[in-house]
Amino acid sequence: MKENEVPQDQAPGLGGERKALYARDASGRYTTVASSGWDAEEIVLQQALDEYSRACAAARARVERGESAALEYHMYSRRMDITLLAQSTGFFKWQVRRHLRPQVFSSLSARKLQRYEQALQLSATELASLPPPPTPDSPQS
Amino acid sequence: MTSFEHRQTAHCESGAVSSLLRHHGLPLSEPMVFGLSAALTYAYIPLLKIGGMPMLAYRMPPGMIIRGLSKRVGINFRFQRFRRPEQGMAVLDQHLAQARPVGLQTSVYWLPYFPENMRFHFNAHNLVAYGRDGEDYLISDPTFEHPVRADGPSLQRARFVKGMLAPKGLIYYPEKMPEMVDYPRVIPAAIGRTSKLMLETPLPFIGVRGINYVARKLEGFDPTGDHQQQLILGHMVRMQEEIGTGGAGFRFLFASFLQESAELLQNERLQAAADLFTDAGDEWRRFALYAAKMLKGRMALDYHKLAEQLRVVAAMEEQGYRDLRKAIG
Repeated sequence: MKENEVPQDQAPGLGGERKALYARDASGRYTTVASSGWDAEEIVLQQALDEYSRACAAARARVERGESAALEYHMYSRRMDITLLAQSTGFFKWQVRRHLRPQVFSSLSARKLQRYEQALQLSATELASLPPPPTPDSPQS
Repeated sequence: MTSFEHRQTAHCESGAVSSLLRHHGLPLSEPMVFGLSAALTYAYIPLLKIGGMPMLAYRMPPGMIIRGLSKRVGINFRFQRFRRPEQGMAVLDQHLAQARPVGLQTSVYWLPYFPENMRFHFNAHNLVAYGRDGEDYLISDPTFEHPVRADGPSLQRARFVKGMLAPKGLIYYPEKMPEMVDYPRVIPAAIGRTSKLMLETPLPFIGVRGINYVARKLEGFDPTGDHQQQLILGHMVRMQEEIGTGGAGFRFLFASFLQESAELLQNERLQAAADLFTDAGDEWRRFALYAAKMLKGRMALDYHKLAEQLRVVAAMEEQGYRDLRKAIG
């Protein structure tokens, strides 16, 4: 990649930051060039973010139907899944799965609840309920 | 307050190490740190799932750069890990009070200065803390253009997340360094190791064989489009081009190392290899471009075309490592 080929696509994913890429200058020497992002990379980043949004929206619907505890929504909104949440709380995956059931969640001991508060950085009150639904122009779901 | 020269680099670990060494009087460029630690690789490990996606790496696992470089060049790094977060913060404060910048391992997700869209649960992000200003920690994050700040509670959270690659508050800094680096000895040793790993791995999903393995795998994907498989394809491109790779899955960074080495050792064959790895990097980027266009529907989804492109890359890299072996003969 030559210096003048370094993409400058103003990718929204970088949030206005620029990243360093290695490229060759006119004489062929390597140097770092600040890039404002690349469309190709933005497409795959967006694909990954959309997947989290989809999971959030599906979880929200399950919580509203009473099939799942709000914990499931918060797990996805923190870009986690059951494996990650289990790792960051120290619970087994089967325990986390169980805790996602509304009746089990509502009878969790304060100590267990605290591990979720710690891992997700949310208060017990926040964990127990859904945040207001997203407005169309907000990036979070 | 400690003065620390911030420099933006491509990759966090090689960047943090390069910055720390420069501060302590051993100027090694980021590509030199990356190359000498023999950090370049290719590995596709479907059994190891992260966030539901198969593990795919273009460099050696986190921590290997510091360890590999230390061993080869003869640097002693001091590592400190902590059981209690409060203790980990207190020790950090002591270092900073003594005007000693230190490397920290952190989770990207909980660092407050990361843009929302870049926050993922990656627990092995490296940065340098070099001072305090009231409640804020002054941070030289190698992947950012300018120095940044983090409040104490957020930094503590980022240093003490649990789970895969849990940082356990890791602090590191060089304690003993050589007067000079014996380039004629260490450059061939590092290149030899990288070439061996890429050409002679017994495992079919690592090295050049690994690239061909993934090519075959792509050919088996459903040509009519399967959601999960498309996510895996996107994941491949993300791992290759995301922040920290310097572009093309570290191949340009490696080429830069070869170029610097060619000059240090007056070795024209290394210069030729640098050109070849630059070309390989360009072909990696072509793969990324095709994949992204297909995912977006701007190009017909054609896994055979993608597989062919990977084979082009694999052939170029294979040639590259063979040339490198001759160059260091």
